[in-house]
Amino acid sequence: MDSFQIFTTSTSLVDSVDKKLLVVLRDGRKLIGILRSFDQFANLVLQDTIERIYVADTYGDIPRGIFIIRGENVVLLGEIDEEKEDESPLRQVPVEDVLQIQREEMEAKVKREKTKHRMLSDQGFSVDVAEFGELY
Amino acid sequence: MGTLDSIRSNPEAVLFYSFFKTLVGQPVTVELKNDLAITGVLVSVDQFLNIKLDNIKVVDEERYPHMLAVKNCFIRGSVVRYVQLPAPSVDTALLQDAARRERQQPATGARK
Repeated sequence: MDSFQIFTTSTSLVDSVDKKLLVVLRDGRKLIGILRSFDQFANLVLQDTIERIYVADTYGDIPRGIFIIRGENVVLLGEIDEEKEDESPLRQVPVEDVLQIQREEMEAKVKREKTKHRMLSDQGFSVDVAEFGELY
Repeated sequence: MGTLDSIRSNPEAVLFYSFFKTLVGQPVTVELKNDLAITGVLVSVDQFLNIKLDNIKVVDEERYPHMLAVKNCFIRGSVVRYVQLPAPSVDTALLQDAARRERQQPATGARK
């Protein structure tokens, strides 16, 4: 390891172009679409995008059309193996149902966090407040 | 591009990139800032330490059902928390030496 090659190569996404990909975003969203374009910042252009919301063993899809995603929001890109997708144990349900359950789960979580926050504050602890909408 | 500038201002910029290049083909586990951990074979790495993995297996699969149909992935370097490596693949003495040399003699400029 005693020569540092100055020429650098990108981990290229060119092999993933025109493929169906799963994109996980920093706010937790999962988008599935066909990658059409990218750049050095991992900015992406996705076509025929659907936003898939997972709840328990079900999922619901929302069609989203064409997305341009700013690279800083991208966590990972995964190539979807169509065969494995067919074997999926998850059931697709109407998206309204999934959104309803998701809303309920969110409300329950916010309630729990508030109670926890209050109890800790009463004890004299200061609590970090997670930035809204961004999980990581 | 600003690659040479980034090396001048940050001499360690290529050190870990070069280090990861020696690990291509090895199984590694990448832990992300969102707590997701993925094991896979290291396919490639780039100057931003973006990582491509093949034949991935998600640690604690049940929590991440969306990853079930995914066999290869590209991970943006900025979201990586840890990269767990097989110990026999890492020569820590060499790495330490390389780091020391980088500090004394940045990759551009002083080299002949």
